[in-house]
Amino acid sequence: MNFKALTAAIAMMAMPAAVMADPDDDKLIINGEIEMISVAKAPEHLENLDTIYSGWHFRTDETQALQIDDFDNPAMIFVDQAADVYETVDGAAGKSCASCHDGVESFAGLTAQMPKVDPETGKLVVMEDLINECRTERMEADAWKWSGADMQGMVALIGLQSRGMPMNVAIDGPAAPYWEQGKEMYYTRYGQLELSCANCHEENYGNMIRADHLSQGMINGFPTYRLKQAKLISRHNRFRGCIRDTRAETFAEGSDEFRALELYVASRGNGLSVETPAVRQ
Amino acid sequence: MTKALKLGLAGMLCASTAMAGEIKPKDVSFADGAIEQSLTGTPGDPEKGATIVGEKSMGNCVACHQVSALADVPFQGEVGPPLDGAGDRWTEAELRGLVANAKMTFEGTVMPAFYKDDGFIRPGDAYTGKAPSGPLEPILSAQDVEDVVAFLMTLKEQ
Ligand code: HEC
Ligand code: HEC
Ligand code: HEC
Repeated sequence: MNFKALTAAIAMMAMPAAVMADPDDDKLIINGEIEMISVAKAPEHLENLDTIYSGWHFRTDETQALQIDDFDNPAMIFVDQAADVYETVDGAAGKSCASCHDGVESFAGLTAQMPKVDPETGKLVVMEDLINECRTERMEADAWKWSGADMQGMVALIGLQSRGMPMNVAIDGPAAPYWEQGKEMYYTRYGQLELSCANCHEENYGNMIRADHLSQGMINGFPTYRLKQAKLISRHNRFRGCIRDTRAETFAEGSDEFRALELYVASRGNGLSVETPAVRQ
Repeated sequence: MTKALKLGLAGMLCASTAMAGEIKPKDVSFADGAIEQSLTGTPGDPEKGATIVGEKSMGNCVACHQVSALADVPFQGEVGPPLDGAGDRWTEAELRGLVANAKMTFEGTVMPAFYKDDGFIRPGDAYTGKAPSGPLEPILSAQDVEDVVAFLMTLKEQ
């Protein structure tokens, strides 16, 4: 060992907290029985990664523990509330979700395929759109706020029905132009800091950025319960925060730009289990 | 009274705009990534520079770099290489260039440009997420850059 290497090694030892590692190799099994695919071979279309990881692998043991048992998962309160709302009549048409739909289990598999293109309008839609369409047009009730507790509770309840199933969004056919738009956004270096999603989540996952351990920025766990905010966080709210942190003018939650970005980011996670509702710091 | 008030206002305006003799972001000239000339003509203060490098609201360089000399600053990142020994590896002019706009040294680098005020895609009003209401200021002032460079020059391997 030469002198320079020695001083470098000493410098490293002096800062143990900063030297964190890549994704850990714990296994994500929920309630001791549901085996999640939290590590997978990257989908074909992903040029710059070989392996994809759930954000769970980048969190501390304490945060991870909250997600492996539904009794400990603080998101479940909101999911339970949504289950009550599902049965509750609202709006001028005098209906509840349950008036028209079978049990919420009937939505199993849907979240794994979202976002998708509405065959009638040709527009890309996300889960919040499907829910608000039923609320405004079929129940004649007010639309829910995108990142509000009602909306994200319902998105999480419907997502939970697909838990464990691999994400499998379509990126071809009518989805292709939206996917291209989202991909373009993912690699755009926004803001005064000129940082793209890829700069942080593709080139630097596993590295610490200040106090944060960078993940691959996957959305298979959304809506996630964020301990810091003590509530369910929507996908678009997370995108907004990440773009704002580049000192940029962000896009709005529920904007077409974020729908396209959501499709692209979801497709990067094709093959990972739906983990909704995940727990993050 | 009116005269005093006017003077006071003039003073405030001055503080927020560039000092006379300063090289503006758009007028900086790079040679192989380096900037030979001081941006202000006033020598940098390494202690102020250390604060700027460590403070989240200022340079926040430690978000991406480890700096052993700032061991008391918690949560140092690993997106960029440790800055220990930067004063040996680079000249003052090269460091000035790296802090002002590292993309002139490392093409396409992740490192943001700290003395640049245009050419951005959807720049915001700092961290509000909103569009800026006026012309952008560079992230660091000309004297901040000089202070940071002075600090980096002290980072030598013993
Ligand atoms: C008055 C009837 C009615 C009510 C009330 C209603 N829905 Fe719907 N819902 C429909 C119809 C009809 C469709 C479109 C046909 C389909 O795709 O199943 C639909 C579609 C959906 C879809 C998309 C399914 C898919 O596969 O694309 C979701 C999700 C959904 N509803 C959720 C809800 C929720 C949550 C509520 C309550 C907040 C609700 N719906 C209330 C009738 C209703
Ligand atoms: C300056 C760095 C940076 C940039 C640029 C950035 N992010 Fe993030 N992102 C973070 C950090 C830090 C976190 C929190 C730790 C983690 O989960 O990676 C995070 C978290 C996320 C998460 C949550 C992951 C999870 O498992 O809970 C998603 C999704 C995400 N980012 C998507 C994006 C997208 C999409 C973009 C571009 C529009 C983007 N990020 C740009 C730093 C960044
Ligand atoms: C978002 C991440 C990021 C931030 C913030 C950042 N840097 Fe960097 N920096 C890098 C990366 C990455 C490199 C490596 C250059 C490359 O290969 O792209 C680098 C390289 C450097 C180098 C040359 C490396 C060496 O020692 O040989 C210096 C000096 C430097 N940075 C100083 C700073 C200073 C001072 C600040 C704050 C005013 C800062 N950096 C902020 C990411 C960053």
